[in-house]
Amino acid sequence: MRRFFQKHGWSYLFILPSMTTFIVFVFIPVVWAFIISFQKYSLRSGGRWMDPFYANYETAFTQFGGIFITAIQNTVVYSFFTVTANIFLGLILSSLIQPLSHSLRTFFRAAYYLPAVTSALIIGMTWSFIYNAQWGFANYLLRLLGLPLVRWISDPDIALASVTASAILTIPATAVVLYSAAMGSIPTEYYEAAELDGANGIQKWWHITVPLIKSTTLYLVVLYSIASFEVFERIYIMVPSGVGNSTQTIVTQIYNNGFKDLNFGVGAAQAFVLFVMIAIIAAFQFRFLQSDVEY
Amino acid sequence: MRRFNPAMMVVWSFLIVTTIISLFPMYWLFTNALTPIQGTPPLTPILIPAFSFENFERLLTGTKHYTNWMINSLTVAFAVTLWHIFFDTLAGYAFAKKKFPLNNVLFWMILSTLMIPIHVTFIPLYIIIREMGLLDTLWALILPGTANVFGIFLMRQYIQTLPSELEDAARIDGCSEFGVFWHVIAPLCQPAIAALAIFTFVRNWNDFLWPVIALNKAQNYTLTVGVANLQNEFMTDWGIIFSGAALAALPMIVFFLLFQRYFLEGVRMGAIKG
Repeated sequence: MRRFFQKHGWSYLFILPSMTTFIVFVFIPVVWAFIISFQKYSLRSGGRWMDPFYANYETAFTQFGGIFITAIQNTVVYSFFTVTANIFLGLILSSLIQPLSHSLRTFFRAAYYLPAVTSALIIGMTWSFIYNAQWGFANYLLRLLGLPLVRWISDPDIALASVTASAILTIPATAVVLYSAAMGSIPTEYYEAAELDGANGIQKWWHITVPLIKSTTLYLVVLYSIASFEVFERIYIMVPSGVGNSTQTIVTQIYNNGFKDLNFGVGAAQAFVLFVMIAIIAAFQFRFLQSDVEY
Repeated sequence: MRRFNPAMMVVWSFLIVTTIISLFPMYWLFTNALTPIQGTPPLTPILIPAFSFENFERLLTGTKHYTNWMINSLTVAFAVTLWHIFFDTLAGYAFAKKKFPLNNVLFWMILSTLMIPIHVTFIPLYIIIREMGLLDTLWALILPGTANVFGIFLMRQYIQTLPSELEDAARIDGCSEFGVFWHVIAPLCQPAIAALAIFTFVRNWNDFLWPVIALNKAQNYTLTVGVANLQNEFMTDWGIIFSGAALAALPMIVFFLLFQRYFLEGVRMGAIKG
């Protein structure tokens, strides 16, 4: 026993503080959330098991005329367009700045990255100013062009599209930086060999660059998918009312159930639905995008 | 003179347009904040700032708690960052270099939670923090903030790449285990620690959803929560709202401009998302 502590005591001491907060504030909550998702939980009397045990999950999908299903659809639509656009824009921008001089590359990377350091909340708020029906910049442009004005974030038919557009127009800074790094590490001999074979710029890009940065693409697709499935701040601040249910997303539903209605069981159930969806999507993406190229 | 090249023209216009799209929202926020606006902004957008601080004055006198919010955000971000740069490096070192019973089990336990959406934890976390009597205090943000495991993972990956000879030499010279960590490992970890510190600070400064849940009284808000509420409180005084949002964004922007290199390095190490 003494020898065990002499040998390993330090190691356990080193991980003790981190492990303690991790277990108390992450591990136990995850396990407990799973339990609560099968319970009716109240702050006063604690948890009671539901009958049937999956009742919260049933409620999650059926309450208020299936609003959670609408929320999932909205989230999927938002994520699909945002992730696709982010990846394409990131790939194109990093490819275009790659041949530039070092200082120009640094400039563009910084210009694209700058907004990303401010919180999603402030960015969303700024977009809500741009979308303001009366004095917003978007309608100013329409007025300049002589087009009819649009109620960008108060018209239920287009609010989700406006929010999605704001996410697409936020330059995918991480993608630009990571793609740049990946492109920088491709050996130049590959390009020289292709030039000898008479390949032009676009052929080289499509046949060498794009396949060789596939693992970065995979990482970014997973990263952006998770982030956009968890979208909240942007919606919370731009469309506080949800205009009908047109901009409800999975996390706004978790928030509403868990912390507005204090319906902990249903909120926890929806959080686990989110978890399972993210896990499934990530697994699919790994399968289809897994890189088999090594260099 | 270089020959006119239409393809290059397209490329440059695309780069310039995307740069404008990237920077315009923040630029417009600041021009509005720096132009005296009482009530509704003009229909013709203000594109050149008047460099007046009138809105900011009204913000600081009109909202009772704006300075509190700033101090609260700073306190939380600093406290959590200090915790992580010290204890994550320590734990990362143990996981990277030491063999001890259960080390793999514990590390996998940490790793497996990385993909779980943080929202899953919020309901039990609310109950736990409430039981501890810490709701509506900064502890409600600091304690869960210290539980983020990304730093342990990052530091472990980094420390694994360091050679073990230096540690062994220090041990032969009679260094204690903590001495090895403090004098040998920690100094070598500086690049990773810089990335981790920036990541942690920015994440906590910008955090919104959990603070909205955990904080209640206006004087306890962090900046993001306070600024989000400005819109309810000062519905018609847009000057206050603009300056409140701008002032909340400013520290991170300055921080980025000063430490740009470390930010982008951190993104490459996988530490910073955006």
